[in-house]
Amino acid sequence: MPSPFIIDRSSVTQIMAWVLVALLPGIAVYVWLFGPGILITLSLATVTALVAEAAMLKARGYPAKPFLADLSAIVTAWLLALCLPSLAPWWLIITGTLFAIVVAKHLYGGLGQNIFNPAMVGYAVLIVSFPVQMTQWAGPLELTLIEPGAVQLSLAQSAAVIFGGDLPKATLDAITMATPLDVLRTGLHQQLTVDEVMTQPIFGHYGGIGFEWLAAAFLLGGLLLWALRIISWQVPLAFLAGIWLTAGFLHFFDAGRFGAPWFHLFSPSVMLCAFFIATDPVSGATTPRGKLVFGLGAGFLTMVIRTWGGFPDGVAFAILLMNLCVPLIDQYTQPKIYGAARKEPRA
Amino acid sequence: MSRELFKFKGGIHPPGHKAESTGRLVHPAPLPKKLVIPLRQHIGNPARPVVNVGERVLKGQLIAAADGAISAAVHASSSGIVSAIGPACVPHISGLPDECITIETDGRDEWIAHGPLDYQALAPADLLARLRDMGLAGLGGAVFPSAVKLDPGAALVCPTLIINGGECEPWITCDDMLMRTQADAILQGVAIMRHLLGSSEILIGIEDNKPEAIAAMQAAAAKLDFAVETVSLPTRYPGGGAKQMIETLTGKQVPSGKLSTDIGIQVFNVGTAHALARAVHHGEPLISRLVTVTGHVLRAQNVEVLIGTPFDTLIQLAGDRDGTTGVLMGGPMMGLPIPDTSVPVVKATNCILVKSAELFPPPPKALPCIRCTRCADACPAELQPQELFRFAKSDDFGRAQEYHLFDCIECGCCSYVCPSHIPLVDFYRYAKSEIWARERDKRAADLARERHEFRLFRQEREKTEKAEKLAAKAQAKRAELAAAPTDASSSGASEADAKKALIAAALARAQAKKAETTPQNTDNLSPDTQHEIAEIEARRAKIREQARKPLESEETP
Repeated sequence: MPSPFIIDRSSVTQIMAWVLVALLPGIAVYVWLFGPGILITLSLATVTALVAEAAMLKARGYPAKPFLADLSAIVTAWLLALCLPSLAPWWLIITGTLFAIVVAKHLYGGLGQNIFNPAMVGYAVLIVSFPVQMTQWAGPLELTLIEPGAVQLSLAQSAAVIFGGDLPKATLDAITMATPLDVLRTGLHQQLTVDEVMTQPIFGHYGGIGFEWLAAAFLLGGLLLWALRIISWQVPLAFLAGIWLTAGFLHFFDAGRFGAPWFHLFSPSVMLCAFFIATDPVSGATTPRGKLVFGLGAGFLTMVIRTWGGFPDGVAFAILLMNLCVPLIDQYTQPKIYGAARKEPRA
Repeated sequence: MSRELFKFKGGIHPPGHKAESTGRLVHPAPLPKKLVIPLRQHIGNPARPVVNVGERVLKGQLIAAADGAISAAVHASSSGIVSAIGPACVPHISGLPDECITIETDGRDEWIAHGPLDYQALAPADLLARLRDMGLAGLGGAVFPSAVKLDPGAALVCPTLIINGGECEPWITCDDMLMRTQADAILQGVAIMRHLLGSSEILIGIEDNKPEAIAAMQAAAAKLDFAVETVSLPTRYPGGGAKQMIETLTGKQVPSGKLSTDIGIQVFNVGTAHALARAVHHGEPLISRLVTVTGHVLRAQNVEVLIGTPFDTLIQLAGDRDGTTGVLMGGPMMGLPIPDTSVPVVKATNCILVKSAELFPPPPKALPCIRCTRCADACPAELQPQELFRFAKSDDFGRAQEYHLFDCIECGCCSYVCPSHIPLVDFYRYAKSEIWARERDKRAADLARERHEFRLFRQEREKTEKAEKLAAKAQAKRAELAAAPTDASSSGASEADAKKALIAAALARAQAKKAETTPQNTDNLSPDTQHEIAEIEARRAKIREQARKPLESEETP
């Protein structure tokens, strides 16, 4: 063996484990606000992902142990689960996870080879194929307290909904609610102004009531990852800037038709994406400037899709579109090497 | 300490392990029975033997002379009889035997007549020639002949002289101990360097994990009649690399593909300065050096070792232990594995590091790259190692070169930080050696094609010449017969001349065009690079085998 003869203690497993740890504050807030149903979703996605990963590794002739131990499949499962509606039916969860692991990850070559973010591929497949089921969100705690007839479901009740198959529509309507983004979109379609829509009880200080706390919890976990240098600052900052600048620009010109930048920024999907999804190293840009371009582009596209697109949220499609651009971005943002001609001596 | 320091990009903080070997006093190693002294211990041409087998030599006697502009002489490290001149095992990256002079020592350690040089009275050219004959070469690792570096040439000025006491590699402490114990002698060497280079600014860079060395150098510098600034540098590998030290101290970067002298800076290792002082003030050629013997030994220490002393005698001196898993020459980041511990200490041997499974556990199995770019963050050459890895692995050598593969200094930072434990540097070595091999093949093919084309051309020309000659002859004969001589044959000759001139001109044009289109990156190589090529050639086959293996985890069970 030639040099070097020492290596750092870090490992892929360690990186992935920290990502999972950083998701815990978000999961805790999720459980508190939306009920324990998410734990069922997370568990189901995790088991599905591990089984699918093991099966694919076996089919491809790879050793299962080192790759299962890298925890990357669980990260994918958790990220997808957190994007799904909290009361999504079991088959939706399994389908999405299978698609993420089998098609988006392993058919592209497995760990490190996938062009697209697996969790976002899973999400995109589901939202395109099953748009109705993808709206089965439980209402947030604060709203269930004030809304007449609304309840927060217990674990058993959530399980009944998730595994119960087809519920009568009336029952489902009673326990699910539109997300703030949906409410805003519907209101705007009804020719209401943003301010009029915002008077509805689902909206809180910045974002949706409850939703904004979830966003804050993801932000907290994201800052932990940054403090540990597991993610770089470029991607989250550029992504949030992309959201804020685009939303701010639109809001500045027509505050009646476009939501405020803070509202868009403090949605859980944006915070989750900024720190956990856009920062996926495998499918993201690698150069420092490329990371800025990637983040800005994803933020901008998210806002464009949210504003004019046909889907309630644009995060998944924005990430997938930017994944497509990564080779180009990387090629044109190669940094100067040591000793390359520079305009002025570096300080 | 008020000097503004700059930050080089990248770098890592591996555990230092310096204290293991700094606790014992520096002492001379015992005289071995046999000294094996390689003729090629430096960059450049190997030295030429000037003694014969059976001849008695004295300590310090020239046994092989410098050959060519870039070379350094080799001397007997002790008195004795030359018992062999020929190939022997040497600590070289290729693992191949090289030409050595073996001396059976007589135990008397008898010096040849020697005395100090008055360096201020000698003409610089004479002084440099003497230094070359003293076998001086850089002791920091590159072993570049010092006389060449001390001759800045008419066009170059080196206002800044940097003395490198960085010693950033873990485990190694020979420079540290040298500075602690020989600060005055080091500065005597610095004074000679200043005299030759005409430097106006002299900086000594020492990493701040060596406070005793810094104090000793500062105290010694205070006694001088010229200004020498001892600068404490933040400890960060590879901060002791010449390019990194230049940037830390001056904020300047050595332009890619150029030398530090191009920006007016020359860098020497502290050991080189010490050796220079011994050579000039005592007339002693470079026949010994400080070596750290550390790692999995009972008594890690620094010893003053005669060049040619076998590694195993030093390992025994330091107390060898069970459970040794290998020996390195140098540190754990860039050191060289030594398959055979009978190899001799050479001018480049700064450290003998004995490995064990506890101190140097084998790396875990490699996983695929996840493009986390920790390697890019750690790369002091500011490259994109993850891309270079991708290109090297897929044999896309053109892209690898576009992404500046040859600016890689093989410091190992990328491999150190890689969470997938990919032996990245191995892949770069593989790609480099493949590229050199292809360049060489291409040059050979070009030459062959040129020869072939010329042969066809020559055959054609001979044919036409023959035909013309025959025609002229026939015409002359006819003319003779017709009794109308001379002018017909002469016009035929001038026609042939014109044709020849035309052909020659065409050939010249074709050659000029060819010269223009030859890739430039392999022209005008510095001796440094040529040496590198030679080394790479030698280890190519070996590396290829290693690097061509797929990542272990990718093997199908």
